Amino acid sequence: MSEAKLSGSQPLFEIKNLKKYYPVLSGFLRKTTGWVKALEDVSLTIWAGETVGVVGESGCGKTTFGKTIMLLQHPTSGELRFHFPEGPRELTTMSSKDLLSFRRRVQMIFQDPFSALNPSKRIFDSFDEPLRVHGHGNPKERKDIIAQSLEMVNLNPDYMYRYPHEFSGGQRQRICIARALCIDPEMVICDEPVSALDVSIQAQVLNLMKDLQRQLGLTYVFIAHDLSVVQYMSDRIMVMYLGKIVEMADSLSLYDAPKHPYTEALLSAVPIPSIDVKKKRIILEGDVPSPIHKPSGCSFHTRCRYAMEICSVNEPKLVPLADSPTHFVACHLYGDDSKNGVTPILTMEKHREGNL
Amino acid sequence: MAQQKIKKSSLALRSWKKLVRNKLAMLGVIVSTLMIFASIFANFITPYDPSKIDFTNMAKPPSWEHLMGTDKMGRDVFSQVLYGGRVSIYVSVVGAVLGSIIGMILGGLAGWFGGKIDLILVRTSEVFLTFPNMMLVLILVAFVGQGINNLIFIFFITGWMTPFRMVRNEFLSLREETYVEVCKAFGISNLSIIFRHILPNTTSPIMVATTINIANYILQEAALSFLGLGVPVTVPTWGNIMNAAKSIEVIRNYWWLWLFPGLVISVFVLAANFAGDGLRDVLDPRQ
Repeated sequence: MSEAKLSGSQPLFEIKNLKKYYPVLSGFLRKTTGWVKALEDVSLTIWAGETVGVVGESGCGKTTFGKTIMLLQHPTSGELRFHFPEGPRELTTMSSKDLLSFRRRVQMIFQDPFSALNPSKRIFDSFDEPLRVHGHGNPKERKDIIAQSLEMVNLNPDYMYRYPHEFSGGQRQRICIARALCIDPEMVICDEPVSALDVSIQAQVLNLMKDLQRQLGLTYVFIAHDLSVVQYMSDRIMVMYLGKIVEMADSLSLYDAPKHPYTEALLSAVPIPSIDVKKKRIILEGDVPSPIHKPSGCSFHTRCRYAMEICSVNEPKLVPLADSPTHFVACHLYGDDSKNGVTPILTMEKHREGNL
Repeated sequence: MAQQKIKKSSLALRSWKKLVRNKLAMLGVIVSTLMIFASIFANFITPYDPSKIDFTNMAKPPSWEHLMGTDKMGRDVFSQVLYGGRVSIYVSVVGAVLGSIIGMILGGLAGWFGGKIDLILVRTSEVFLTFPNMMLVLILVAFVGQGINNLIFIFFITGWMTPFRMVRNEFLSLREETYVEVCKAFGISNLSIIFRHILPNTTSPIMVATTINIANYILQEAALSFLGLGVPVTVPTWGNIMNAAKSIEVIRNYWWLWLFPGLVISVFVLAANFAGDGLRDVLDPRQ
């Protein structure tokens, strides 16, 4: 996939300053007393053919990100520009009828394969209506497409006459993948597609997804909390914390040299299957702060072991590193904030020497 | 895959097996079906016309000729019960099914869209539920008059609330299911999601509400006819037969005039309730 990116691939989906706030209602009159800021100023360009991984703790806005760019939930503000073959169009102002052409090109795979298939419908019926909505009028043609889609995920086409309760979790998730792909989309948003599956089945499903990407030239947005899974799947990784991107880089450099203290802590929690490697684990103190009352300045400063004075005052911006323009990080350790009159800027390396 | 034949599964077959295993429900289904068929084919079962007056056989106790005896005008009670079942069952089943259909549609809309629609419909159903039911029925009878179809109309007006509330509550939880989001991601329209995707999953509570309503309407029809407010007296129904047993004299001396129709009503109501309970378990897609 990285070759495709190198050979000048096209932008597919441009996301600019995406915000999603949920109102907090309270009292008898259901007055809005606050906002859950699930997504704040998320900007990202997704290139055709790549896999963008999204990681973060529970409640950091990963799933909201997926659902918002799928327009299952309307963003509070921001731009979503999708590149149709006819040219780019803004999605947030489109009517739900116009959005059909977007939905034909972008599909989603959900976390829970057990509730993603309607228990009262045969597999055939779960596929049939989406195909009909997206312009496959001929019943014979629809049946052929369903059979092909099931074969594509290594399932017997005759399974289309069965009910969901007759399948295991892994089979169901493969059916869900086949269903998302049956209308031949260009991009698939995968919201923790393997987290509900056994580890042995996870590898099977992930490999299937990689194969399908190669065969069909798909673009993936891969949301997960399991870092090893994301690393395996992704070309680029976006790390989120409390609704914001804190670091974004291609997966190799993110894993080799994490820059943001949060990424560093996340990576230190990944188990390494070797008894020889002794790794220092960084344990984050406390819980994720409430997304209703976010900490001032950098929202991570309450749990950051390198926190400085400036961190509770100024919010760091997501900027590229000086030595690596594709590696973005939002942290004062790397920024130049001397203009603000706050001086102590240390590199993380210096910090590490001092602390460990 | 080898040439092995893959069995096409069917939800109906699985449901049937589950139903057969549930003895009480099976009993309910068999008894109520038998009674329905007995009513439909009444003219093959009994040689007597239910309204034929025979002065030579007035108020005869049960015998082999007249299984349930005859009433004070010499009409055969057994054939009255059979023919009466036609009207009583028809009125209660049609009334309950209509009420359930309206309740399903309104419940689906209220549960899916929420907000104002939900608020208005829920409040309306509460008004209907809190108003004394018999009073409401009596008022409606006074307005629309007696008659079989009027009775159906009244039953459906007073009976849509239970299925409505059940379907609405189911929708509140089912609309959070992932398959609903899948439908949205495919751009499937709201109405299709409500009626094609979510509604089939609410069949088991609807089944219960409908059978309870059927049983209830049988009793209400009997009560109304007993009071002389239901179906016109000339039409035999289970309630109208009971109507004949209003006087103390009849209750004391002609026990077969009230015991048999009373028993038939009880047996049918019980059977409908058992069948409904069983169907709820069988149709629950989560099991």
